[in-house]
Amino acid sequence: MSTVLRIVPETFVVRRPHRMIERHVVAYRRQWMIVFSGFFEPLFYLLSMRAGVGDLVGDVRVGGRSVPYDAFVAPALMASSAMNGAIFDSTGNVLHRLKYARIYDAALATPMGPADVAVGEIGWALIRGQVYAIGFLAVMAGLGLTESWWSLMALPVCALIGLTFASIGFLGTTYMRGWSDMDIVNTAMMPLFLFSATFFPISSYGDWGWVVQLSPLYHGVALVRAANAGVWTGSLVVHALVLVVISVVALVLASRRVDRLLRR
Amino acid sequence: MSTPGPLRVVNSHVVVFRRFWRLNVLSSFVQPMLYLLGLGVGVGALVDRNAGSTDTLGGVPYVAFVAPGVIVTTAMTIGALESMWPVMGGLRWRREYHGMAATPLGATDIVLGHGIWMAVRAGVAAAAVGVALALFDDTRSWGLLPAIVVAMFVGIAFAMPTMAYSIGAEMDGAFAALQRFVIIPLFLFGGAFYPLSQLPEAVQWIARAFPLWHGVVVARGFTTDHGAPIDWVAVAGHLGYVALWAVVGTVVAVRRLERRLYP
Amino acid sequence: MSSVASPASAAAPSSPEPLIVARGLTKSFDGFEAVKGIDLEVRPGEFFGFLGPNGAGKSSTMRMIACVSPVSSGTLRLFGLDPARDGARIRARIGVVPQLDTLDTELSVQENLWIYGRFFDLPRSECRRRATELLEFAQLSDRADSVVEHLSGGMKRRLSIARSLINDPELLLLDEPTTGLDPQARHVLWERLYRLKQQGVTQVLTTHYMDEAEQLCDRLVVMDQGRIVAEGSPRELIDRYSTREVLELRFAAGTNDQHGALLAGIGDKQEVLPDRVLVYADDGEAALSEAHHRGARPESALVRRSSLEDVFLQLTGRSLVD
Repeated sequence: MSTVLRIVPETFVVRRPHRMIERHVVAYRRQWMIVFSGFFEPLFYLLSMRAGVGDLVGDVRVGGRSVPYDAFVAPALMASSAMNGAIFDSTGNVLHRLKYARIYDAALATPMGPADVAVGEIGWALIRGQVYAIGFLAVMAGLGLTESWWSLMALPVCALIGLTFASIGFLGTTYMRGWSDMDIVNTAMMPLFLFSATFFPISSYGDWGWVVQLSPLYHGVALVRAANAGVWTGSLVVHALVLVVISVVALVLASRRVDRLLRR
Repeated sequence: MSTPGPLRVVNSHVVVFRRFWRLNVLSSFVQPMLYLLGLGVGVGALVDRNAGSTDTLGGVPYVAFVAPGVIVTTAMTIGALESMWPVMGGLRWRREYHGMAATPLGATDIVLGHGIWMAVRAGVAAAAVGVALALFDDTRSWGLLPAIVVAMFVGIAFAMPTMAYSIGAEMDGAFAALQRFVIIPLFLFGGAFYPLSQLPEAVQWIARAFPLWHGVVVARGFTTDHGAPIDWVAVAGHLGYVALWAVVGTVVAVRRLERRLYP
Repeated sequence: MSSVASPASAAAPSSPEPLIVARGLTKSFDGFEAVKGIDLEVRPGEFFGFLGPNGAGKSSTMRMIACVSPVSSGTLRLFGLDPARDGARIRARIGVVPQLDTLDTELSVQENLWIYGRFFDLPRSECRRRATELLEFAQLSDRADSVVEHLSGGMKRRLSIARSLINDPELLLLDEPTTGLDPQARHVLWERLYRLKQQGVTQVLTTHYMDEAEQLCDRLVVMDQGRIVAEGSPRELIDRYSTREVLELRFAAGTNDQHGALLAGIGDKQEVLPDRVLVYADDGEAALSEAHHRGARPESALVRRSSLEDVFLQLTGRSLVD
């Protein structure tokens, strides 16, 4: 039997990822503030844009319609916060558990496998992200920024965005050398946050619009906007497909990296 | 004559910093520039197209209105963030404060040393943003120079109270709370991106209670041309309030650190 | 630990089914061969030791046995199962105390036990019941709600051992369990490990403390540079590689070499160290009077029983290995 054949099964077998999530639930009972406060970050952005900038900007033309600025920004902030949450859960927290606390080493001494760890971590990021997304959508509805029941479709879309970025983040973390690399993560997220047609439409970029399309978040924002407006077009399939492909590739690579790091 | 205590503390910060400065360039320069580009230029295009908003902004393009806000919030962010985990680490993980306390250096030296170091860090970051702003017609002004100094003071005014807070902080959650319930809201509602008058009265008063808005208003007075002379009495009032935060923060930090180091 | 049913059969390790079998086992990392083909068998109930200097390949071997490190070549079987195919099933039956604590610092002492038990799919009530038992076993009951960060080194080690027992393992792997502990803490640990042995738990230990190996191990192997260089019970190894007693002599600085020459022929063997001259002899007192007779005037002289340390240094050399 070749070495490759012997390693592959353990790498991809998922048995009990929910045990990892159970561990986080217990751990965060003591650090509830970190979870609780995370909800407010996108909310503050929304309120600030609505109260302050919205008045200065007036209406924005997007997709042939004219919408108030806060209605334009809100879905984008929802998508961005799905990205933010997923990235933070899959980078800093994972780095701590992987390199410093060595929690995964402990888990792998049990019947848990590397894929349980990877899937468990990403699952946790998604659950937390969904809780935030539900809260944010409720606030949007309260402020009159949702247009129909189609807005509920923004929740699964946020889960997909979360999956994409949690997978990318997890993969990236396996290459990190230490805490100072978190600055790179923060700095890399900022252009995604600012230039994914979040705060101003892609038409503002003129001929440079194609650069924006390189951002995975752009595709997420487009999907949430469409869900919120209840306008479904064929191009949305492409947006969704981009996110699905990135997620799958990053997930597979991440599992292999974790396996190589932990089961040497 | 020997080097004063606080400067010896600063020296130790410099030695550590030399190993990590490249990454710090990212967070303290690249990030503010991205905000300026995204919110100042990008959103600015939308704002300036809207005829009514020029009056609200005092007759300047949006990017010129936002520029001093970015300088000052950059200093605030550095002052606050660098006084959270690094201070907790100094007491709990790397424990260098305990190391210093075993030498003739005391709590006052450690706190003042940290303050001077924060002034340097905030000042340099603000200056870097200022230099970048000087490259563009809309934002070029001699007023950038005093604005950088104002930003540095705001940096200290956030660093010292944050240090006092961090000395007593028991869990990481304390920092998440400070960041998400104070620093980020101030960044968003502190007058950097639009005049405070856009906000409800109650929110305005909360924003005025913190030093950020005072710094932003003074810096904006220097960098944008209103056609009116600068009201130096108002400037003195604003800066006095900023200084008050720095002084109270320093005093509280020294007392708390003393109790921690020499129980 | 009432749940460990099978009573001790440690004195007679005659079971026909070995618990661990390794044949020509190797481990390489990017071209570097850490383990260069070892054969071994560990029988149920045995307390088995790996001895060796740093870098001898002990930990790499332990990680393969723990099914967290794929075997590079050769065969390894635990409970008759292949780690490559049944890693999870094997891990369900073993307990691991790693070299460096991997305790969860964000959890309390008892939460560490519960959550670890959940990783083994134990029901919640069962986790709680065992956690209470194990805290008592590890003398940590009064610290059940403490955060791990605030425990002393000895407490953390005991918690690591308690945690490794949560699944009632048939095999316990201990990688340098007492490194960095003070003497009191070491003795407490030894006593706990001995109790487990009496309950019939098979244990595999790595250590570079000779007294620890002598105290605990029924049988051990000495590893050096990835190979097994000796195997046997502590007593057998001492008999085979050393004399019954050792005479340690200290002379005035700088005169060791000339005294070494003077003592030539006394006992089985002499060894000149920078600070001492050792004479290996079955009768140390006789060797000492012979030395006096030849005119040696040591500043101090000590006759002691030969220990595993002498065997170890004999086999692996005295130069420092990092």
